[in-house]
Amino acid sequence: MSTAVEPRTSPTQQPPGEGAALRRAGDWARRAPLLPALIFLIIVTQLPFVGTLVISFMNWNAYYPDEVGFAGFDNYRRVLTDVTTRDSIITTIVLTVSVVLVSVVLGLVIALLLDRTFRGRGIVRTMMITPFLVVPVAAALLWKHALYNPEYGLFNGVLTWIFGENAPQPDWISTMPLTAVVASLVWQWTPFMMLILLAGLQSKPLDVIEAARIDGCSSWQIFRHMTLPHLRQYLELGALLGSIYIVQNFDAVFTITSGGLGTANLPYTIYQIFYNAHDFGRASAAGVVVVIGTIIIATFALRTVSSLFREEGAR
Amino acid sequence: MTATLEAPRTAAPPVNPPGRNPAGTLLTILAWVVGVLFVLPVLWMVLTSLHSEADAATNPPSLFAPLTLDGYANFFGAQTGTSPWPALLNSLTASVLSTALVLLLAIPAAYALSIRPVRKWTDVLFFFLSTKMLPVVAGLLPVYLIAQGIGMLDNIWMLIILYTSMNLPIAVWMMRSFLAEVPVEVLEAASIDGCSLTRTLRTVVVPMVLPGIAATSLICFIFSWNELLFARVLTATVAQTAPVFLTGFVTSQGLFLATVCAASVVVSLPVLIAGFAAQDKLVQGLSLGAIK
Repeated sequence: MSTAVEPRTSPTQQPPGEGAALRRAGDWARRAPLLPALIFLIIVTQLPFVGTLVISFMNWNAYYPDEVGFAGFDNYRRVLTDVTTRDSIITTIVLTVSVVLVSVVLGLVIALLLDRTFRGRGIVRTMMITPFLVVPVAAALLWKHALYNPEYGLFNGVLTWIFGENAPQPDWISTMPLTAVVASLVWQWTPFMMLILLAGLQSKPLDVIEAARIDGCSSWQIFRHMTLPHLRQYLELGALLGSIYIVQNFDAVFTITSGGLGTANLPYTIYQIFYNAHDFGRASAAGVVVVIGTIIIATFALRTVSSLFREEGAR
Repeated sequence: MTATLEAPRTAAPPVNPPGRNPAGTLLTILAWVVGVLFVLPVLWMVLTSLHSEADAATNPPSLFAPLTLDGYANFFGAQTGTSPWPALLNSLTASVLSTALVLLLAIPAAYALSIRPVRKWTDVLFFFLSTKMLPVVAGLLPVYLIAQGIGMLDNIWMLIILYTSMNLPIAVWMMRSFLAEVPVEVLEAASIDGCSLTRTLRTVVVPMVLPGIAATSLICFIFSWNELLFARVLTATVAQTAPVFLTGFVTSQGLFLATVCAASVVVSLPVLIAGFAAQDKLVQGLSLGAIK
């Protein structure tokens, strides 16, 4: 990779003078294929965010069109002092952290199980991936109606199978709403973590591990001192990419609990402030708060990806 | 046929044949159990979708109830009169057209970032990635207001544009990692032969990275097909997509379990097929090309 890149970039280091004009023309020829994508992306993603930023400082409720005006930090004050929004910030953190943690640990265990050769490994891998490929809304419906339903859901059906007529028949969603959402998301996201960690496991240097085994290292020693350090970047990448997606989760919360019973996360709350309350200013301020939170995660994510990237460049 | 295939396999066993050591057998069984547990809800969804409403809503579940396609018939409007076809067609249009647009924009961009990289190409690449980290809700309201302003609410083109921007960063990252694998010698040969940039791209580069393009398309297709929030806020009846139809369908239908399961199976089917087809490249796409 590095040897391939260097000669390609060398023309930009031509001496100034006659070459300068030529180089500038060359630079534009290089940039031309990049520009459509770049301009498109700036217009469609960055400009709306600037809009959100502006509206977040405005007093703007679609129900009261006469009262539109500058609001200063009022919306932010309301977002941060309002109990509902504050709760949804906490819910977002709890939801994201628990889904990511559980799915990373489960994903690691399963990736280790699938890293061996055994009969039907391909089939097991395919079975594992399936939850990730079910359309999120459909997955949420499946959990809500076919699994959690207290009257005819599979979970209570299994309890009846095992314990007979007098089996406990809990109403999963109302007794443990957040756990119910977390469980369905863990089911969907564990395959994602498993895929990334399996890729990590399969890229580990086999000869070094073979040498360690010959030197008399136990399996646990090899795992603890060789496999785990090698996997670190993959664990980070999985956790951070997972966080970025799960912080933004809307489908599961919307479908399984409709944000009720303390499960409303920030995206759902913003959707409600905007869609039901039509309070554009407050919805925007909450949106900006989400962005600030995401930037914190994203900084770490970018660092991880760029370290993987450097490694690829050094290879 | 199977016998001839089986014979050499037993003749040349793998280095660590399964079943030789008890720990290995245990791990294999464990792997199978975990795999089955994870796929079970999906199998349950399929089985329930093939039962009559009465058999689907029993406790304990009836595993051996007679199979029927009533759930599917109901979903396709035999009873309710609301056909899911327009929504499915909208999803297909939005996903296919936005994927095409993504490729049109991403391939040249990835070329500029890998084969003859512009200066500061890593910064540009990370800019693309950072837009992916901007939460959807953060731009939703202005997008809604703009769509309203230019009369594009409930218009499938609005979704196509948004889905393109949503998938473009991923596609650029993926295509960059595929294009980086094209040997420089091939490109030099093409330029010596007097190929223009577009011609080199079209006749040399694109055919070489065709499998990568296929994988990128499938992943963009899956993400567009799955999207709910934009579709729900920006569409109503005309441009409604399959996920939106699914959520509205359940509220208006109450709890017809077999029908709901049939609906979920139908809507998930394209993604399942695309996902299984792209299995090997799925990781690379999902990790934005950072992992090979």
